Amino acid sequence: MDPILFAIFAGIAVVCGIVMVTQRHPIASALSLIGVMGSLAVLYLLLGAEFIAAAQVIVYAGAIMVLFLFVIMLLNAGAEPKPLRSSYLAGFLGVPMVLALMGLLGYLVKRSFPLDVTVRFGDFTGGSAKAVGDALFRKYLLPFEVTSVLVLIAILGAVVLARKEMD
Amino acid sequence: MPPPPPVPLVAYLTLSAILFVLGVAGFLIRKNLITMFMSIELMLNAVNLSFVSFSYHLKQTDGHLFTFFVMVVAAAEAAVGLAIILTVFKNRATLMVDEVDSLKL
Repeated sequence: MDPILFAIFAGIAVVCGIVMVTQRHPIASALSLIGVMGSLAVLYLLLGAEFIAAAQVIVYAGAIMVLFLFVIMLLNAGAEPKPLRSSYLAGFLGVPMVLALMGLLGYLVKRSFPLDVTVRFGDFTGGSAKAVGDALFRKYLLPFEVTSVLVLIAILGAVVLARKEMD
Repeated sequence: MPPPPPVPLVAYLTLSAILFVLGVAGFLIRKNLITMFMSIELMLNAVNLSFVSFSYHLKQTDGHLFTFFVMVVAAAEAAVGLAIILTVFKNRATLMVDEVDSLKL
């Protein structure tokens, strides 16, 4: 069952990622990004990360992407216009370099991990809410508290930035 | 029908690499500020997948905590970044990065 689920959701993630990059309209990009995040949540579940999978759906696919969709609709952002002149340098140099980056990353990954290191659902149970909460409030207590300050600053910053353009 | 072979860890890491490269490509080709911002989110997600798979491999919970912190920072970054994009749009009436090319109006 594992490999079938992995194949389905990895395929959905890659296809949605390609659609997100190639679409001109921001709404289409945002919706396919939600697709990527949803399928990544399933892959997290397969890797035994229950808490992170739930947080991925609630925080990323829920809160952050709704914020993005709100802003896109608020600004009434339409499709990108087609570029007047397409850069030949981008086509000849950019595409091979992106492929080279991917090849390099893939090679490094393949080099450092043999193929017989496999993933089996249920082998790792350290991703439950209990285990994550335990680590969060013991080992990582200070970073957690610092994060709360960061979020507070972000809220203040967002309010200040949004207020200034009203008057 | 025999059961399919188990998924190697390399498959997860390769998927992560593919998604990261897609994010880089989107950040470089798109001209819309919001879409560029979403490409950054895609890159963060790709790295999160790497963290979770390494966490599985090492049988440690620490990778999940890193993913959790990345999520919190991404939420804060999205709030501030989108507020900045709103302000840019109010002042210049455009979202195309090519047209936002001067620091002062």
